[in-house]
Amino acid sequence: MPRGKIVNQGEVHMTALIEIESLTKRFGPFVAVDKVSFSVDSGEVLGFLGPNGAGKTTTMRVITGFLPADGGSVNVCGQDVAEFPIETRARIGYLPEGAPLYSDMTATQLLRFVASVRGLSGAEASRRVDWAVAQLGLDSVLDQTIGTLSKGFKRRVGLAQAILHDPDVLILDEPTDGLDPNQKHEVRALIRDMAKDKAIIISTHILEEVDAVCTRAIVISQGKLVADCTPGEFAARSRHHNAVVLTVRGVAEDELRSGLGALPGVADVELRVVESASSCIVFPADGKPIISVLSRHVQAQGWEIDELRVESGRLDDVFRAMTVHDRVVSERQRAAS
Amino acid sequence: MSKFGAIFRREVAAYFATPVAYVFGVIFLFLTGIFTFYMGDLYGRGQADLDPFFTWHPWLYLFLIPALAMRLWAEERRSGTIELLMTLPVSVWQVVLGKFFAAWFFTAIALALTFPVWITVNYLGDPDNGVIVASYVGSLIMAGGFLAIGSCISALTSNQVIAFVVAVVVCFLFTVAGLPMVLDVFSGWAPQAVVDTISSFSFLTNFQDMTKGVIDLRNLVYFASLIALWLFVNVAVVESRKGA
Repeated sequence: MPRGKIVNQGEVHMTALIEIESLTKRFGPFVAVDKVSFSVDSGEVLGFLGPNGAGKTTTMRVITGFLPADGGSVNVCGQDVAEFPIETRARIGYLPEGAPLYSDMTATQLLRFVASVRGLSGAEASRRVDWAVAQLGLDSVLDQTIGTLSKGFKRRVGLAQAILHDPDVLILDEPTDGLDPNQKHEVRALIRDMAKDKAIIISTHILEEVDAVCTRAIVISQGKLVADCTPGEFAARSRHHNAVVLTVRGVAEDELRSGLGALPGVADVELRVVESASSCIVFPADGKPIISVLSRHVQAQGWEIDELRVESGRLDDVFRAMTVHDRVVSERQRAAS
Repeated sequence: MSKFGAIFRREVAAYFATPVAYVFGVIFLFLTGIFTFYMGDLYGRGQADLDPFFTWHPWLYLFLIPALAMRLWAEERRSGTIELLMTLPVSVWQVVLGKFFAAWFFTAIALALTFPVWITVNYLGDPDNGVIVASYVGSLIMAGGFLAIGSCISALTSNQVIAFVVAVVVCFLFTVAGLPMVLDVFSGWAPQAVVDTISSFSFLTNFQDMTKGVIDLRNLVYFASLIALWLFVNVAVVESRKGA
C-alpha cells in the first residue's frame, strides 16, 4: 500500500498535464511553429504571448488535435494527442480563436449539444450546464439565438462550453477578447479560481493579463520560443524594472540630471515633460534597486518632492524587445553566450 | 453511439432552425406536383400507377439534394465551427455519418409528405401498392447516393455556392451515365465490358430497376457501395483539410 502511494506521487511529479517536445508545424514552405518545447503542470496558468501570426493559435490547434503536427510530440495527461485523439480531447476544454459557435442555436441548445457529445447525459448534463451558465452569468441569454448575442456574450458562451466538463486541461485562445473591463475582471477571476487543479494555457496580447492571471509566461515569435519565465522575471527584463520616477519642484533640469546621474548604481537619467516641475526617470544599472540612494540624495539636497515611485517593469517593452526580429537575434545570442 | 445521436439531432434541428427545411419542403412538394400532374400527365394517361411521379425523382434530386447537402460542411468551415466540432471528443466518422443521416432523414420526411399522390391513385384506381412501396424505398436510397456526393463535395470548400454547383455537375454525371449521350462517347472505342460498367454506374439505370417493383440485391449493393465510397472520401477530406 505505501509502495503504491509512492508510485502515484512519482507519476504526478514526473508527468506534467501538457508536455510539448520540439513541436514543428509547417504550412507549405512556411514554418508556423519551429521546434517549440514547453510543459504545463497542474495548478499553472501559462500565458502564451506573441505578436499576431507568431504561431500561438497554430500551437493551440495542434494541442487540441485540430491540426496534426509535422514534427515533435504533444502529450496531454500522459497521452500522445496524435495517437489518442479522442481520449485526449475528452480531457481538454478549448475555446478556439474568435469563439466560433453555431449561430442558429440558442445558448442552452449549444451547451446541451456540447455536453452530449462529451458523453454527459441526464441529470449530470443538466448539473454541468447549470454550473457553467452560473460561472459565466449567462442566465439572461439562455434562450436567445447565439447569432443575436453581443460579442461579449458569445465569448462567454464559448468559455462556458470549454469548462462544461470540468476538464483537466484548458486551452483558451484570447479568452477576454471583446469583453468589457468588468467582464474581463470576472473571467480572469474565474480562470484563477479554476487553476488550482488544472493546467491552463491562455493566449493573449494584453500584457496586463499576464500579471493578473498567469503563473508563467512564454513568448513565441516567428514560430520560435523566445522566453519562458514567471511574470516577475519577465518584468525584470524590462529597462524599467526598479527604475524610479522622480518629480521635484524648483530644481533646474540640468541640475537634476547631473546630480542623479552621478549617484552609484544609476545607469541613465531620462527627463520627462511635466508642467511647472522637473521630472525624470532614473534607470538602474543591472536592474538593482536604487530608490534608497535616490531618496537620500533628494533629502540631502532638500528638494521638494511631488512624486517618487518605483516602476516594476513594463511588459510591453520586454514584449517588443523579444518579438521585433533583429532584436530577437541579439537577445538569443546574448542568451547563448 | 450517443455522440452520433448528438450530431444527428443537432443537424436535424439545424434544418428546422433556419428556413431551409420549409423552403426545401415546399419546393420539393410543389415540383413533384407539377412534374407528376402536368409533365407526367397522371390523370390523362389512364393508368393507376405512380410512374409519372417517380420518373422525375432523379431530375428533382439532381438540383434539390445538392441544395440540401451544400451547407453540411461548407457552413462549418465558413463560420469556423468546424474547429469547435472537431476538437470535441468525437471521431470524424461519427460526425460524417451524423450529418449524412440527418440530411437523409430530412429527405425521408419530405418524401413521406408526398403521400397525397399515393392516396390519389388509390382513390382513382387500383394500383400495385407493392411497386409503389418499392419505388419509394428506391427513391429514398437513390437520394442517399446524391446526398453522399453532396456531403463530400461540401467538405471541400467553405463556399456553399461552389459546393452546390460542383455537386450538381458530379450528380449529373452519375445520373446520366447510362444514357446514350454518355455511352456513345465510349462505345466507339472502348470494350463492351467498359461500356457496361459505366452504364451500371448510372443512378437512372439502377433507380429504374427498383421502380419496376423489384429491389434487387445488385441495386442495393450499387447504392450502398456508392454511399460508402463517397462518405469514405468525405472522412478523408475532412481529416486532411479541416484546418485549411
